[in-house]
Amino acid sequence: MLKGIIGRKVGMTQVFAENGTVVPATVIEAGPCAVVQIKTKEKEGYNALQLGFMEKKPQRVNRPLSGHFQKSGKGPFYILKEFRVDEVGEYKLGQEITLNVFKVGDFVDITGTSKGRGFTGVMKRHGFSGAPGSHGAHEYFRHGGAIGAAATPSKTFKGKRMPGRFGNSRVTVQNLKIVDVKPERNLLLVKGAVPGSPNSTVFISEARTKAFDQEEQRAVEKD
Amino acid sequence: MNVVESLEKEHLRMDLPEFKAGDTVKVHFKIQEGDKERIQVFEGVVIRKRRGNTRATFTVRKVSYGIGVERIFPLHSPHIDKIKVVSRGRVRRSRLYYLRERKGKAARIKEKR
Repeated sequence: MLKGIIGRKVGMTQVFAENGTVVPATVIEAGPCAVVQIKTKEKEGYNALQLGFMEKKPQRVNRPLSGHFQKSGKGPFYILKEFRVDEVGEYKLGQEITLNVFKVGDFVDITGTSKGRGFTGVMKRHGFSGAPGSHGAHEYFRHGGAIGAAATPSKTFKGKRMPGRFGNSRVTVQNLKIVDVKPERNLLLVKGAVPGSPNSTVFISEARTKAFDQEEQRAVEKD
Repeated sequence: MNVVESLEKEHLRMDLPEFKAGDTVKVHFKIQEGDKERIQVFEGVVIRKRRGNTRATFTVRKVSYGIGVERIFPLHSPHIDKIKVVSRGRVRRSRLYYLRERKGKAARIKEKR
């Protein structure tokens, strides 16, 4: 079964684990998502499902897009996102994907857009240590220091870390543990922080690196 | 009520007695040692309560062998077995940090009548 869903970050809180320790948790309202398009190896070259999330009014959609939605029979959505799957046979157009696919203890990767911080200096943006606050330092406290040598090479190398726009970029956090799932309320609680501000869209998928371990774990448990 | 709040409300403990800063309490706290569980009692004056659903905590201060010891407990922690209010104190502020600078007789709190 597909292990991916689209959600909306709600905020953070903390929960008590079974052993009584406090776990920081992010609350995500995820799904229900509808399958809008099924991409197959024969037609598109790869197997994937396109999911829609957050319904919008039909009059807000242009003609080509409304035709696209009509094929699935599910109302237009604000957000469309593709998730790769191995087999498409078990899915139908318009099928609803809910949080039922996730369970407590699973690991997920969450992708979102980080908070935009605007034009930021090197200390905040790259973690530079700045300049000394005393010893005769003058108006040079948060600067980044030298940016290169002199006549050789007589240029600043590309990729040199400097001040600039920070944040508002796509960020993925891997291997977040699921603390709680409430499918009846479409709520998901994961341990730790998730990129973006509350109300921002996040994409949740099965952990790429831990996924294998989970499969093994399940096989062991079955035996 | 927003979603986060409603989630937090589910885990609130309603079985604990009401107490305030200035009260002397006995906190029966469960401690896990290996696979054994025992209960430790921490008795002292509540010098602070922080609010906020499941995030609420309270600080208990006692003087143990002449050394001041403060312990912060999550109010809704499942590790708290029970809380007993020993006495109600009459204090005029909600944060009793001034007790840290006082010793012996000066650190007493009048009991509420």
